[in-house]
Amino acid sequence: MSLLEIKNLSVEFGSEKNPFRAVEGLDLIVNQGEIVGIVGESGSGKSVTMMAMMGLLEGQGRIVADTLQFDGKNLLTISARERRKIVGKDIAMIFQDPMTSLNPSYTVGYQIMEVLKIHQGLRGAALKQRALELMEMVEIPAAASRLNAYPHQLSGGMSQRVVIAMAIACNPKLLIADEPTTALDVTIQAQIMELLVNLQKSQNMALIMITHDLAVVAEVAHKVAVMYAGQVAEMAKVPGIFRTPTHPYTEALLKSIPEHSKGAHRLSTLPGIVPGQYDRPSGCLLSPRCPYVQDKCKAQRPGLTAIDGGVVRCHYPITAKEA
Amino acid sequence: MLSFIFRRLGLLIPTFFGITLLTFGLIRMIPGDPVEVMVGERTLDPQMHADAMHRLGLDKPLYAQYVDYIGNLLHGNLGESLVTKTSVWTEFKTLFPATLELALAAMAFAVVFGLLAGVIAAIKRGSIFDHGVMGISLTGFSMPIFWWGLILIMFFSVKLGWTPVSGRLDLAFDITPRTGFMLIDTWLAEAADPSANAGAFKDALMHLILPAIVLGTIPLAVIARMTRSSMLEVLREDYVRTARAKGLSPARVIFVHTLRNALIPVLTVIGLQVGTLMGGAVLTETIFSWPGIGKWLIDAISRRDYPVVQNGILIVATLVIITNFIVDILYGVANPRIRHAK
Ligand SMILES: Nc1ncnc2c1ncn2[C@@H]1O[C@H](COP(=O)(O)OP(=O)(O)O)[C@@H](O)[C@H]1O
Ligand code: SF4
Ligand SMILES: [Mg+2]
Repeated sequence: MSLLEIKNLSVEFGSEKNPFRAVEGLDLIVNQGEIVGIVGESGSGKSVTMMAMMGLLEGQGRIVADTLQFDGKNLLTISARERRKIVGKDIAMIFQDPMTSLNPSYTVGYQIMEVLKIHQGLRGAALKQRALELMEMVEIPAAASRLNAYPHQLSGGMSQRVVIAMAIACNPKLLIADEPTTALDVTIQAQIMELLVNLQKSQNMALIMITHDLAVVAEVAHKVAVMYAGQVAEMAKVPGIFRTPTHPYTEALLKSIPEHSKGAHRLSTLPGIVPGQYDRPSGCLLSPRCPYVQDKCKAQRPGLTAIDGGVVRCHYPITAKEA
Repeated sequence: MLSFIFRRLGLLIPTFFGITLLTFGLIRMIPGDPVEVMVGERTLDPQMHADAMHRLGLDKPLYAQYVDYIGNLLHGNLGESLVTKTSVWTEFKTLFPATLELALAAMAFAVVFGLLAGVIAAIKRGSIFDHGVMGISLTGFSMPIFWWGLILIMFFSVKLGWTPVSGRLDLAFDITPRTGFMLIDTWLAEAADPSANAGAFKDALMHLILPAIVLGTIPLAVIARMTRSSMLEVLREDYVRTARAKGLSPARVIFVHTLRNALIPVLTVIGLQVGTLMGGAVLTETIFSWPGIGKWLIDAISRRDYPVVQNGILIVATLVIITNFIVDILYGVANPRIRHAK
């Protein structure tokens, strides 16, 4: 049985009359110990998908799904109280900006120990001991002296290590890293990424690595979901997806890897941006930007079709075109 | 932190000078002098008037009077009332507990209900409760104290007869002032002699409720609005999302991770309300015949009792400044980023 199973997930914002589908018909399966990459430009719905799954949208979005199951538990019907026993313990999440992800009023030690207290009931010396151990696991130098530090006294990289320590505190089965290095210095990015991958192995967690940088995913992930405007454009195994991308969007992402790793935010290979609430085309969502666009693309939205080891959402997948 | 404190202290000296100039000048700009007011309607012999002014030292040129005043102040001499001949400091000490008791009660009322309303309004944003709280607080904010006090007296005291109309305690009770706080004094008296003083505490409490509500209304409105907007701002913070992602209960997310940070600006606002409170106390004490500093100052102004007005206001202003100063320091304590700043 897979650890996380999402079938046909949609998340809607805005009024009932004028809804905006940030996520639409999304399928995702994550197995135990697997690394899954989710890539796509800003605004593709990567974060919203994960927040919806964890119940962090706080009634802001309307969530519909056929299946939303984690570790045998149905997250759609579970009570808020039951969900809180899973979230932060078995599923943990790391966010983009470590400098704002920690509460400025509490010490680093307090914020790490809080998770251990709530989920594992640790107290006293054992609690402090475990917090120190975690800080050492995420390679924070002079951990003991940092226990009483406030977040503003730490660098971005150090803060992200603290956030990671909090996330892995209860040996989660699934760790979600939502662009964990985007806000960091380039030199620190590689260190944090390496730390995450090492922890994934040593803790045997499943890891969902969200990023808009395909290069990162190419190195570590077992499987990649490429998201575009709230939908999965392509999902396939690594390294196949890098050798023979099937979706025009995947291809464009791949071509832009060199600039992207230098921090460019637009795709040079694909002019334009992800359509928002008011400018989504009626046909294929990529049609205004797609270099392979045909008349059918503008008239009709493509569904998902199975390809070798995955799925693709395109009327004219690239391999088929070449064949 | 230390240099922060010293910098703030350095600002106090010009502030004090400003206040002395203002009170010294303003009270002398009101037509009539102490002697004329004392004599009242009767016609006054110009010679007697001049003699009296000379005795009070008020015939000197203004700058000389001001220099005398500052000289006395620097020697710690706050002077004495022209009317009662009691020292200003003694009068202040006697009357201040009444004002303090009223102000504390008003502040307690404003803080408790203001925070509560603000927090609930923020959590239930957009609900009827939220709109209600914001609408009412907007009204409360612009409520004329005099009118509001009279409305409450008309309704609760006159129509319903629930609370007394004025004063701090029914004349039937004879309570020895020990702390000057009527609630405490009556409570002690009742404990010491239950038969003679039965009901004194309740009577003191009933006297306090309406004036405290009247005085606390504006701070309540300000605190509720500030709490709400500050809460809403903090609720959008990334670290609140982190707190939720940790699986913490909603109560923990709100009280530990949101309110703590949301309170920092609210604390400043509460501190700033001390000034408003002192201004409001003058009106409130007048409406309710509350024997405190506000009423004392109003009486002194109408008698042109220069030393009382000048130094009474100076003492009150000093208290306001000190409170604001303490608030600034608390602000630093509550906010690690300031506490650790060099
Ligand atoms: N709380 C919200 N209310 C309304 N729209 C939202 C909300 N959160 C996200 N969105 C919208 O949903 C879309 C997807 O956002 P997001 O998942 O954050 O993208 P990504 O993480 O892929 O960059 C964006 O267009 C964003 O504006
Ligand atoms: S369906 Fe057409 S427009 Fe859409 S990605 Fe495929 S080729 Fe491009
Ligand atoms: Mg995102």
